[in-house]
Amino acid sequence: MLRILQFLYSLRSFLLFVLLEVLAIGLIVSNNSPQGAAFFNSSNAVTGSVLKTRSDVVDFFSLAEANEALLVENAALLEHLKTLNSIPDSISIQLDSALEAQFTFKGARIISNSLRFSQNHITLNKGSKDGVKPGMGVFNEEGVIGRIKSVSENYSVAFSLLNTELKLSSKIKTNNSFGTTKWDGKDSEKSKLLYVPRHVTANPGDTIVTTGFSAVFPEGIIIGIIESVNQGEDPNFLDIVIKLSTDFSKAHYVYLVENARLDEIDSLHMNSDIENEF
Amino acid sequence: MNFKSLITYVFLVICLCLVQILLLKNLALFGVAFCFIYLLAILSFPITMRGFPLILISFGIGLLIDVFYDTLGLHASAVTLLAFLRPFWLKAISPNGGYDDANIPTLPEMGIGWYISYTLPLVFVFSLMFFIADQWGTGGLFGVLNKSFFSSIFTVFMAIIVQLLFFKRRRGI
Repeated sequence: MLRILQFLYSLRSFLLFVLLEVLAIGLIVSNNSPQGAAFFNSSNAVTGSVLKTRSDVVDFFSLAEANEALLVENAALLEHLKTLNSIPDSISIQLDSALEAQFTFKGARIISNSLRFSQNHITLNKGSKDGVKPGMGVFNEEGVIGRIKSVSENYSVAFSLLNTELKLSSKIKTNNSFGTTKWDGKDSEKSKLLYVPRHVTANPGDTIVTTGFSAVFPEGIIIGIIESVNQGEDPNFLDIVIKLSTDFSKAHYVYLVENARLDEIDSLHMNSDIENEF
Repeated sequence: MNFKSLITYVFLVICLCLVQILLLKNLALFGVAFCFIYLLAILSFPITMRGFPLILISFGIGLLIDVFYDTLGLHASAVTLLAFLRPFWLKAISPNGGYDDANIPTLPEMGIGWYISYTLPLVFVFSLMFFIADQWGTGGLFGVLNKSFFSSIFTVFMAIIVQLLFFKRRRGI
């Protein structure tokens, strides 16, 4: 017995190594599931405040650029508003409750971002206190950014579109044929559009937008532009490369969108055993 | 290890972790060369340090970096492997007369030739483990090797520069 204990004692550093390595790999695996451990990430209070201080300093240098983007967007919104204003001599009708706003929007700031791994995440400075919930969509004036993964009181963590776990229901704007946008983990400016059948005519330069099927994003938010279309290896589907419209390295301010009927749609999907993509 | 050198090691670890988290998080030279400068702290611990505490401390540091990077377990697993291999590699490349008791494995103490042969393979193993775990199931082997190779060269290069600038000879660190 003593011999065995002595033997184990002489191997103690190897045993510790094996133990910790298994623990670390367990963490990797468990963290990659969408509902992964919410505490050990950058949305906890200490980590969040350090990252926020850092981003306070860094963001100061990009204020001019952020202002310019806001100006452009304001101008576009004003133009849009003008077309919606009713002409004085027309009649107005009371909108039915079925038509009331299905989507609500919030603003937030990115305090931490990564581009270089295959599972990239974004940390935002708004949390459950401000009404952020897991599953909300994240985008900015350039295009889609990602989807909220987990929320703490003051901060939240989102899957970036540059995350091989995130699938986004999307369509080609010109002919409405739909597919799935999924990053292949290589270039932070490009992504792939999967599951587009071969008979569809897709041309380089076509715009890719969200479908609205997934109930996370409203219809028509831009994702990117088709860069190349190849026949690929899969006999059924085209191999389409998208140039993403969002510059992830420069994104600082984002919008969050919440679908008021997400729960209803989700439970309907669950009842009918449909696994929904985002 | 006396009290003064303990303080300097704690200070070194904190400084390097801060630099890693605040400045180097999104840095990647040409998209392939990452800098893991916090490994310099683990590589600079005394030669006489045993495997057991070294592995524990390294795991802790790796986990800390992971929490800030949102890559839970990636750094921890890779840095644990590095800490486990370090005593064996130190023994394998020991000079003819063995090490002095006072030796610490840093550049001003040991000279550039020995230092590169000490750090480069260890950092390469670290990078290999890190990128294999990161790209699991997505990228090909070529991308992993490419990133590991250039990252380890870049990290060792930066480690040498940091030591030339800040480390003094014969006064601990």
